[in-house]
Amino acid sequence: MFRFIIMRFGGLIGVLLAVSILTFFLMHAVPGGPFDAMTASTAQMIPLELVRDLEVKYGLDKPLWTQYWLFLRAALRGDFGYSFYASGRTVTELVQQHWPYSIHVGLLTLAFSSVVGLALGIVAAMNPGRWPDYFGTGVSLFCMTVPSFVFAKLMQYIFSVRLGLLPTSGWEGWAEPKYWILPVLSNSLGPVLTLQRYTRSAIADVMRANYVRTARAKGLGEAKVTLIHIFKNALTPVVTVAGPMTASLITGSIFIESIFRIPGLGWYTNVSISRRDYPLILASTLLWTALISVTYFVTDIIYALLDPRVAYMKER
Amino acid sequence: MTEAIVQTVDLVKSFAVRRGFFAQRKTRLYAVDRVSLSINAGETLGLVGESGCGKSTLGLTLMQLYEPTSGQVYFDGDNLVGMPSAQLNKVRRKMQMIYQDPYAALDPRMNIEEILTEPMIIHGIGTRHERLAEARRLMDIVGLPQDALGRFPSEFSGGQQQRIGIARALMLQPKLIICDEPVSSLDVSVQAQILNLLRDLQKEFDLTYLFISHNIAVTRFMSRRIGVMYLGRLTEIGPGATIVEQPRHPYTQALISAVPDPQPTDTRRQRRLSGDVPSPIDRPSGCTFHPRCPFAQAECANTEPQLRPFGPEHFVACHFAEKTAATTS
Amino acid sequence: MTTTETTAIAAPFKHRSVGQAFWFRFRHNRRAMIALGFIILEILAAVFAPVVAPYPPDKIHYEALWSLPTKDHWMGTDDLGRDVLSRIIYGGRVSISVGVLAQTMQVLIGLPIGAIAGLLGGWIDYAFMRLIDILSSVPSLLLYLLMMLVLPRGFGSIIIALSVTGWIGIARLVRGQVLSLKATDYVRAARGMGANTRHIIVAHLLRNTLSPVMVSVTLGIPGAMMAEAGLSFLGIGISPPMSSWGQMIGLYQAYIQTSWHLTVFPALVLSVTMLAWFTLGDGLRDAFDPSIQV
Repeated sequence: MFRFIIMRFGGLIGVLLAVSILTFFLMHAVPGGPFDAMTASTAQMIPLELVRDLEVKYGLDKPLWTQYWLFLRAALRGDFGYSFYASGRTVTELVQQHWPYSIHVGLLTLAFSSVVGLALGIVAAMNPGRWPDYFGTGVSLFCMTVPSFVFAKLMQYIFSVRLGLLPTSGWEGWAEPKYWILPVLSNSLGPVLTLQRYTRSAIADVMRANYVRTARAKGLGEAKVTLIHIFKNALTPVVTVAGPMTASLITGSIFIESIFRIPGLGWYTNVSISRRDYPLILASTLLWTALISVTYFVTDIIYALLDPRVAYMKER
Repeated sequence: MTEAIVQTVDLVKSFAVRRGFFAQRKTRLYAVDRVSLSINAGETLGLVGESGCGKSTLGLTLMQLYEPTSGQVYFDGDNLVGMPSAQLNKVRRKMQMIYQDPYAALDPRMNIEEILTEPMIIHGIGTRHERLAEARRLMDIVGLPQDALGRFPSEFSGGQQQRIGIARALMLQPKLIICDEPVSSLDVSVQAQILNLLRDLQKEFDLTYLFISHNIAVTRFMSRRIGVMYLGRLTEIGPGATIVEQPRHPYTQALISAVPDPQPTDTRRQRRLSGDVPSPIDRPSGCTFHPRCPFAQAECANTEPQLRPFGPEHFVACHFAEKTAATTS
Repeated sequence: MTTTETTAIAAPFKHRSVGQAFWFRFRHNRRAMIALGFIILEILAAVFAPVVAPYPPDKIHYEALWSLPTKDHWMGTDDLGRDVLSRIIYGGRVSISVGVLAQTMQVLIGLPIGAIAGLLGGWIDYAFMRLIDILSSVPSLLLYLLMMLVLPRGFGSIIIALSVTGWIGIARLVRGQVLSLKATDYVRAARGMGANTRHIIVAHLLRNTLSPVMVSVTLGIPGAMMAEAGLSFLGIGISPPMSSWGQMIGLYQAYIQTSWHLTVFPALVLSVTMLAWFTLGDGLRDAFDPSIQV
């Protein structure tokens, strides 16, 4: 078991290293350096010597592998350098500034979609063939076929533009629901779909097995036990899926943040990519990857603890 | 004197297993532990034992479908172990197998014609016409209608599926057929049909069988000689009549005495064994049977008994075989 | 010489090949058939766009800029006076071809790799699993963005970006299939008969892997279309003058108040198309599975 944990952890580190190398070199393969964007935006001709000085200052003149090594050393200390675009500000600072917005939206989405997805799934599974089942499946179908950005736009149109009930954009924190209702709702399409389906199928499996017993339930005792058993099963898919879902929710959806003008990490990363702000892109990518990898790692460990056979079998 | 068509010498097949709470201890599971036997041309050697004794594994290892851990397998004079695969595939023409689950042995997406002609296609024999003709011929031989050729395995009963498997095995005119529990999953009445079919085919085509089964009565019916396996080791081997009527190894005696007698007129003393079959991973030392053996002595826990001769073609792996007087009649 | 058995066939219906049984089941799934019809119509419209569209997509109607739906322009016109319906039909070309081409590439890359990893095992399989770990830890949207950074804008780049990120799904599926097929008795029997790897692939693996792969592809096409729509929406996918539904939604999202038609129609068409493809995929999957009642 111990060996299993070590190996998995090694895998985690390996993935992070590989991704960092890939991203680093991918970005440097792009034609056009970071200063082109600045030149274009300020519409000034920056003299060549100045560009060279800037390059030296940011270490861009050294060979690529050296740059990477320097980056890695600093990153391990938590120092991701200075942003190329927002001069004077460190990447860490910027991430700290923008990330909380994404976390807010993400957590709210998680809460909302868990409740809705689980409820729909449970209700659908316990009433097979009747209208709750069709309703649940219908909602899933809707979530699957309508892209989140389309839904977001439509909601914006109906509630903000037409009805004027909600603002189109902005963010005032937890206390002002009117700002986060639409973003959270739009962001929930994917998670609700996944949770509803998983929950429904997990419970349906249990129901099939327990159906006869429930039919013969002679008193509250037996029925209650069955119900508890059913709910335990309802939670299994949630646990399976919760980790990766949380990881991706927390890092923020580019679409939702762009549409509702929420200054979160997803939106900011997208903007940084078009500005060629390398240090920020690197940090963001690594953060994203790290969150997901750690989640997988923790999930694997939990599985192994619950069912030790997982740790025995040679990985095939 | 008929010569041996198949011979195994100290054949071993073991698997690596991790045990222990933190999956740290590595041990080996010896599914087949130094088994040496030979089968003569035209005869049927039966192999019996309980589940997990390694008899099926032995059959698969003999065919090289499992790679032997050590030991040799001689088929028609050539050692199959370590043979390069191109050569091995050619040798496989003469060595075929019939499987325990007749349906699982047939590709559900192939129709019967494709299933039967596959062996010939693999070895590039015959034109399409000739292959089809041969398939038709074999359908007749095993007693299946010609129009079944266009159908799919799921449309047939278990007995018919097994016939298809037999027909397929015969397509390349093999010398040896390994029958791995061929009737265990069939209804009793169908079992009789299949067994009779197998015997008829043996006479007609001069086939050699290795007949693996956990059913002693069936094995006795089919085999000239019978071998008994326990936890990977061959404990006794001899002529069918001897094994069934005068077994010498205590385990064999217990097995035989457990076979229900349709005419329970004589009061036989039933050999009851204490305990359960131990796990094949943690086998007892010395003679693996000693914890359950009524004749066990100190020596049995220390030294592993080898097969020693006890009569014409009769070998027993027991230190005290002389003392285990037959009590089955 | 041996007894002939009566041919008591277990199946209650007359003999059907595997393909016929599948088609029978599919035909009776009404939703799937409707979806199939719709998709065929869409594909025809896309192929025969020059004939079907009322106007060329680039034609500028100076007299009707920003026009809401009228009888001349059933879906209105855009800021340059181009007919929206025509642009949607031509946009359909782009969306559908992106979906199909991206999926095809994914299969071409993923299927052989997954099959080889499953068949050969050993270090090849190990390397494959590591690669999957890496690629699946990076969120695909991010990968797309990074790739679109490197590649020149345009149709081909989108296909490449989608293929490179998406082949893993099919590879994983095929690998799993191959692994479980390897363990079946009939593949083992084929080996016992002396079959080499090539024969096993051609005779057994192909036909037994076909159905899951087909289902995966049918469900993957709308996924690719959705991804393209998202990228175009953000502005890094298909650029004008080529039109795609996602692009149209993105370009005109700010004008939703007055010119709702510019956003709503592409959105509707996109959603309905997704629905049709997903229903088709579900129908295929149900038709392949004999245990599901028809």
